[in-house]
This record gives sequence, structure tokens and C-alpha cells, in this order.
Amino acid sequence: MVEEVIVVENLQAAYGENVILSDVSFQVKRGEIFAIVGGSGCGKSTLLKYLIGLMRPHVGRIIVEGVDMATADDETINAHRKRFGVLFQSGGLIGSMTLAENIALPLKEVKKIPPFFLAQLIRAKLSMVNLAGYENHYPAELSGGMRKRAGLARAMALDPAILFFDEPTAGLDPVTAREIYDLISTINKGMETTMVIVTHDLELIFRLAHEVILLHSEEKGIIAYGTPKQLAEFEADRRVMNFFQRKSP
Amino acid sequence: MTKGYRMEQKADRILMAGELLLPDVPSFLEEIEGILKQKNSTSLEINLTDLKKVDSAGALALTHIEEESRKRSLVVAWKGMNDDVRKVLNLIDRQALNLPPLHEIEKRVSFFEATGDLCVKIAHDFYTILTFVGELLVSIPYCLLHPRSLRWGDILVNMRRTGADALPIVGLLSLLIGLIMAFMSSLQLRQLGANIYVASLVGIAIVKELGPMMTAIIVAGRSGSSFAAEIGTMIVNEEVDALTTMGFHPIRFLAIPKIIATSIVVPLLTLYAMMFGILGGLIVGIIGLDITLTTYLKESFRGVELWDVITSLLKAFTFAILIAGIGCHRGFQVVGGAEAVGEATTSAVVTSIFLIIAADAAYAVLLHYLG
Ligand SMILES: Nc1ncnc2c1ncn2[C@@H]1O[C@H](COP(=O)(O)OP(=O)(O)O)[C@@H](O)[C@H]1O
Ligand SMILES: [Mg+2]
Repeated sequence: MVEEVIVVENLQAAYGENVILSDVSFQVKRGEIFAIVGGSGCGKSTLLKYLIGLMRPHVGRIIVEGVDMATADDETINAHRKRFGVLFQSGGLIGSMTLAENIALPLKEVKKIPPFFLAQLIRAKLSMVNLAGYENHYPAELSGGMRKRAGLARAMALDPAILFFDEPTAGLDPVTAREIYDLISTINKGMETTMVIVTHDLELIFRLAHEVILLHSEEKGIIAYGTPKQLAEFEADRRVMNFFQRKSP
Repeated sequence: MTKGYRMEQKADRILMAGELLLPDVPSFLEEIEGILKQKNSTSLEINLTDLKKVDSAGALALTHIEEESRKRSLVVAWKGMNDDVRKVLNLIDRQALNLPPLHEIEKRVSFFEATGDLCVKIAHDFYTILTFVGELLVSIPYCLLHPRSLRWGDILVNMRRTGADALPIVGLLSLLIGLIMAFMSSLQLRQLGANIYVASLVGIAIVKELGPMMTAIIVAGRSGSSFAAEIGTMIVNEEVDALTTMGFHPIRFLAIPKIIATSIVVPLLTLYAMMFGILGGLIVGIIGLDITLTTYLKESFRGVELWDVITSLLKAFTFAILIAGIGCHRGFQVVGGAEAVGEATTSAVVTSIFLIIAADAAYAVLLHYLG
């Protein structure tokens, strides 16, 4: 059964008068890893803000798991957001809380979890991202890669149906980046989580992504849409070739 | 709310069906606890054939059954686990579950320990402030000798923020203080028929003490805190490290312009505050006490000498250096994240107000012996 989890139709993304993207349409299917790629400043993070409901569309439609992000009221969107996990570019951990408290934050919603089980659940999440034992550390005591992984543990706290990532591997060394690939792939296979990943990491795209859209800042929109393999063999557009056929380091 | 799972016990078998998800986990744990408590045989079969789905909390709850059974020397046999459940169960690393955390959370310390810590902290604080003063003593002459190394644009911006932008609030508060003082003192002096002394009383109090002090406290709250926050945030964002690696001296680059700007602007603000304070007294004098404008002003200036104004401006200058110095110093002390910036801001205001009052007391003693 192929089911569209996210449907975007003719979306225009803008900050006030300043239009960043226009006429963007794509669909994300359940259980797939969907990559949004493009050079920096082309509007990837902006598109992500629209998908997770931090910004509301004025032109075009976004439907995420059946909820229309343009017309739904704040309450609905808020309840709906519990089905998402978002990993922000720098982790988005709350600095004044330990990792355990950070991860417990979304779990607060569920009433009456016995404390021992909460501790075990936190430990289980942390061990999924290879941070078992770091419960009582503060984010400032971790490296960038560890913070991203901890952010991922928090994003996964409620076993979301959709996980959004903003540049999960940017600024990480290749070894840590590979750990993140494995993690993404394990979670995707184990829990059938749909994943939307903003990235310009070619290795991630070719290893993991099922479908890719390439954004371009001059076009203010999508210039290529397909599987990684299709885009790698795409020859009609120089810009697409430049992006996908550059040598991986 | 209906439960997503169903559980049925038949002698040594438990049949599970439906979906075991996080919201149902607490009640599931309770139920399972009850079942295990009653059991007195040595084996348990758990049949998961009809269990369609678990999430990670559900999977963890299943591993919890195994754990609990082991404690009661029960042997658990799993039957009919489907692939979806198995995949999620495999995500859970059982060995990791029971290891202790790497750090323990700091325990609460006893009163004596806390007092000792506080003393050490204050001593250390004193030491770092002295070090900072030392650095300033080196940096300020350097900047004065090399005026081109100063960032004049930044000084002007800081003068605007600390000075011009504070004009409304300083003016308003001084005016109100003058009004209040004149009003309160007139209640007493009127009984003695000494209305006319309201003028010199307000004049002396405003010029000698309240003008410089009020201005300094307002500037500490407005600008001292913002210096600490600005520099602290720059430290958190590694901007200060970036400046250092580009060969800039962070104190010269960030602190000196603020200190110079503040020490120019605070004496001016103080003069301005004095004017408004006297104006406040004047309003009460004219409206409430029927003193004429000229008499009031003449009386005011009889109590106040030029020397008083000069020493007050000197005081204001000292306060300015304290405010800006402490603000920047607290900013540079930031280690860690956003929370530390908040602490630095608070500490900048508290420390500088304390030092302002201490310095004011020192001036009072000094001026007493000088004059
Ligand atoms: N808060 C904002 N207000 C106005 N413009 C913004 C804002 N954030 C980003 N932009 C602009 O939107 C464009 C896309 O930014 P972004 O989505 O962050 O790009 P990226 O693809 O690198 O994530 C950029 O030109 C940026 O200048
Ligand atoms: Mg971005």
C-alpha cells in the first residue's frame, strides 16, 4: 500500500514580501526517506519550517498526514506536531537541562509512566544513538556530533510517524556521519518511520534516500525530482549534474 | 480512552493482541506486575501471535517482563512474535539498560560545605576582578597612546545606547525623585515655617548624592546588563575566540569602547539628572509652597557650590567605570550556554550596584576629610 504522508502542492514560501520558493509540489510516501537538497540559502530550512508548521502557507497547500497546514487551527497543529520528531541543525537541546530531562520533555505528555520505566525508556533512547550513560550530562558538555545524536534521541522520544532532519551530518566527521547514516537507516527499517531529510551530503543521499528533490535559488523552486539514481544520470541540466556528479571527497 | 492491546491469561500462558504503544504502557506494566505476583509455577509462555505492533516503549515493556521474570526465577518463552515486533525489539540494547550513568547528578551539599564554597567563590571572584582591572590598566593607556586602534564607531554607538537612549527614563525618574523629596520635606518644614529651605535641601541632596547614584543605578540596569549579555553571548557563539584568532585583543576590541563610551556619557547623564531633579523640586516649590521662581533658584544655588558639582561628576565617572568594567567582566566570565549568559547579566547588575554604593560611601568619607 502506497500512501502519501506529506503532499505539497504549488507551495509558495516567503518571509513577508520576500519570496524564497514558489510553485513547489512533491509527495512523500509512508516509510520512505525523502531528501531535500540544494545549495546553501536556497530555502531548504525554510521549506522545512513550512512542513513542520512553524510557518503557515498562504499560497499553495501542504497536507501532512491528512491535516491541511494552511487551514488547521493552532490547537490541531499542536496536537498534530506530537506525531513529528524534528532534529534541528544544532540539536535544539535545552541547555539548562540534562540529556535525560531533555528526552523526558516530550514524554511528559504521557501520564503515569512509573519513574523506573521512564529512566529505562530514556536509557533505551540514548543507547539507540550510542549515548547510553550520558543521562546526567548537559548539552554544553558534549561535542557537536553527540549533541546531534542526543537531539535525535529526543526527536524519537514519542516514536514519531515522521522524523524531520535539518542537515543531520553537516559539520560532522565522516565516521560520526556514518554512524548517523546507520542510525537513520536502522530507525527507518525498524519502526518504518517516514523521514524528511534536508541535506547536501551526497553520501547520505546515495546511501539512504529513496527520493530526492533538488532546490535552486535562482529558479526559486525544484529543478529536479526523482530517485538518487535518476538524478545522478540526469544530463539535461548542468546545475543538476554539477550537484550530483561532483566528486565525493 | 480505550486500550490498544488485549491481554488474556490462561494458566501459564499469556495471550497478547492488538497494539502495545506508549500511552498504554503504564497500565500494561501494572497488569503484568499483578500477573507475575500471583504466579507460582516456574515457566511462562507469552504468545504474541496477535500482537500487531509495538513502539519502542512497548518493546521496552516486553523486555521488562523478561527482566522481572528472571528476578522471580521464571522462565519465559516467547511464541509467535511477528517481524514488525521483532524489528522494534531489536532496536533495544538490553545490555545498555542497566549500566549506571557516567555522571552522578551533584548531590546537595551541607550548610558548612556550601558556606565554604561560597567563600572560595567570592575570593576567586575578587581575584578575577583584580586580574581584569590589571588588564584594563594595561589596555587603556595602550588605547590612549594608539588612538587609531580604538573603534570610534563602536564608541559612538555605545554612547548612543547608554546615553541618548537613557535620556527619557533618567529625566523622568529624576523629576519624580525631586518632586517626592520636595513634597515630603515640605510637609515637615512647613510646620516650622521654613518652606524656603526645601529648595536648598532638594538641591543639595540631588546634586551631592541622588543625581549620581540614581543615574548610575539606572545605567547599571540598562547598560551594564546589556554589556554582560552581549559579550556573554559572543563567548557562547565562539565569536570571542574568532576575534582572538584573528589577532584582536578581546578586551581592547569589546570592553574598551564600552568603558570609554560609558565614562563619557554617565557624567553628562548625571548633570542632566540633576537638572531634572531640581526642576521637580521647583514644581512643588512654585505650585505647592508659593515660592517664586527666582527665589527658589537663588536658594538652590546657595546650598550648592561648584565644587560639589565637580566632585559629583567625578563620582559619576567612577561609577561609569565600575558599571562598564563589571558588565564586561561578567560577560567575559561566561562559560557554557544561554543559562550562563542569564547569570552573568544578573550578576553584572547586582555586583555593580553593590560597588556603586560602596564607592559612594568611600567618596563620602574621603570628601569629608578633604573638605
Ligand atoms: N527569518 C528570516 N527572515 C527573512 N529571510 C530569511 C529568514 N531566514 C532565512 N531567510 C532567507 O531565506 C533564504 C533561504 O534560507 P534558508 O531556508 O535558511 O536556506 P538553506 O537552504 O541554506 O537552509 C535565504 O536567502 C535567507 O536569506
Ligand atoms: Mg539551513
